[in-house]
Amino acid sequence: MAMRKVAVVGAGMTKFVRRAQETGKELAWHASRMALESCEMTLDDIEAVCLGTAPDSFDGVHMKAEYLSDGAGAWGKPFMRSYVGGGTGVFTPIQGWYHVASGLFDAVLVVCEEKMSSYYPHGQAAFMTIFDHTTERPLKPNLLWIFAMEMNRYMHTYGISKKDIAQVAVKNKRNAADHPCALLGDPEITVEDVLNSEVLAWPVNRLDVSPVSDGAVALVLAAEHVAKRITDKPVWIQGVGWNLDTAYWTNRELAYPRYVEYAARMAYEMAGIKEPRKEIHIVEPYDPFDYKECHHLEGLLLADRGQAPQLLADGVTLRDGAMPVCPSGGLLGVGNPIAAAGLMKVAELYWQLRGEAGARQVPGQPKRGLAQAWGDLMQVGTVIILGTNP
Amino acid sequence: MTNKFKEFPGTPLSEGDFKEGKILFYHDQMKADFAWDTGVAIGSYLAALKEGYLLGGYCQTCRKTVIPPRTVCEWCFRPMDSYVRLEDTGTVNTFSLCYVTWDVKRIKEPELPAVIEIDGASPLHGIMHKLGEVDPEDVHIGMRVRAVWKPPDEREGAITDILYFKPFKEGES
Repeated sequence: MAMRKVAVVGAGMTKFVRRAQETGKELAWHASRMALESCEMTLDDIEAVCLGTAPDSFDGVHMKAEYLSDGAGAWGKPFMRSYVGGGTGVFTPIQGWYHVASGLFDAVLVVCEEKMSSYYPHGQAAFMTIFDHTTERPLKPNLLWIFAMEMNRYMHTYGISKKDIAQVAVKNKRNAADHPCALLGDPEITVEDVLNSEVLAWPVNRLDVSPVSDGAVALVLAAEHVAKRITDKPVWIQGVGWNLDTAYWTNRELAYPRYVEYAARMAYEMAGIKEPRKEIHIVEPYDPFDYKECHHLEGLLLADRGQAPQLLADGVTLRDGAMPVCPSGGLLGVGNPIAAAGLMKVAELYWQLRGEAGARQVPGQPKRGLAQAWGDLMQVGTVIILGTNP
Repeated sequence: MTNKFKEFPGTPLSEGDFKEGKILFYHDQMKADFAWDTGVAIGSYLAALKEGYLLGGYCQTCRKTVIPPRTVCEWCFRPMDSYVRLEDTGTVNTFSLCYVTWDVKRIKEPELPAVIEIDGASPLHGIMHKLGEVDPEDVHIGMRVRAVWKPPDEREGAITDILYFKPFKEGES
């Protein structure tokens, strides 16, 4: 395929908060303006806008893309919203990538926004509508059910304990203490705190889950000839992949996310990566629940099946380990405004690979990172690989 | 990031800001009523539930028996060949003890959602339902369970025609 090279040249984000005074439009505008200012561009330089945001049911607003479009700088431009559930935050930059790689546009603004706090009293209930209306919803399912059941299946299949998994929440919430936008950073948190937090849906305790949040993140993507004029340190998109598993989620193995593996293999092939465990230096897998980080590392082929918790026990995935995982603090620490949380992971790679991550900077001048998100009814995987070389 | 930006936008609010009237907001409720068509395959599934049995679908090409039944096979994209009557027994594939309702109310006695692999369906093929008549402490993966049905005259052709699944020992009726 004759595709052009695409780089990330700017990034911006708002604080992730439990409830923001700003509307979704205002959050989107703050993040977009920051991303443009970070690379000294203006909206006039942007040729198209890609927007990511999760279900309309959270906001009670129909056609959220159009509602948010002014805050995202979309007026008078080709504009498109993508939505693949929790996978949206990594899919939206993939959409931006093919807008530029195809040769259609030279500079694209990618904006992801989420405002989960409007749903009253708690956004959780909005998730009811993801279940099948005839065969599942009459049972009054709770979103926690499917995560708790997947976690239980994962623990049972590989003989993993809740304590092994709680270490992930501790690592990510400690990492988030160094993130200026984080909602739940805590340098002092311990495994006992996680295990002793209230049980929501066994085996899931309150501190095993990321909080619902409001926030926005934006990136500027540019074609090679533009990127090189804008910055000396463009961060290149080397590979992308996405994949979908069956929506009949009770008709498949829950212990292993094969759709994540298929998405990862697509991205590795595009990036020319043969040995991902050696060639990926930073990983930002999707971690709305602590077990999901382990589950996803295995699907990404970065850990053997059932062995991801051991990598953490060995210190490999700590910020100063051989393969830092969620150095940002992830969804568990920074917060989980769904689409914005996924794009936050891509922004983290951008800052890390440029050496601009401040207190969160991983040592050793990393050259390549991978971000992954996941969503819908536990069935979609989205993967992007960023690197310092085109 | 931290090099270029010292301040990040976004103004956090607390519950107190609402209760004490420090900020303005507009509260409203939406009411939405729907009547969903069952479609062909799920219509047959619901009709079977009303009769008191579980219905699956069989694809001859993939040699798979799935539940609930569907009109098209996801694997080969051919029409599903036939409906198959399945047992109302199965094995717990996974479960949770859930102390929160769907609309985030706390409850003392947990709900027991489970994925139940249905006897007669292909391996790992099951449905989501709830467990009952069992101490939460005793629930385990691999537990054999049987459907507990509503009385025939109360069934309406819905997944809730099965009240829950309860444990049984092989050989018991």
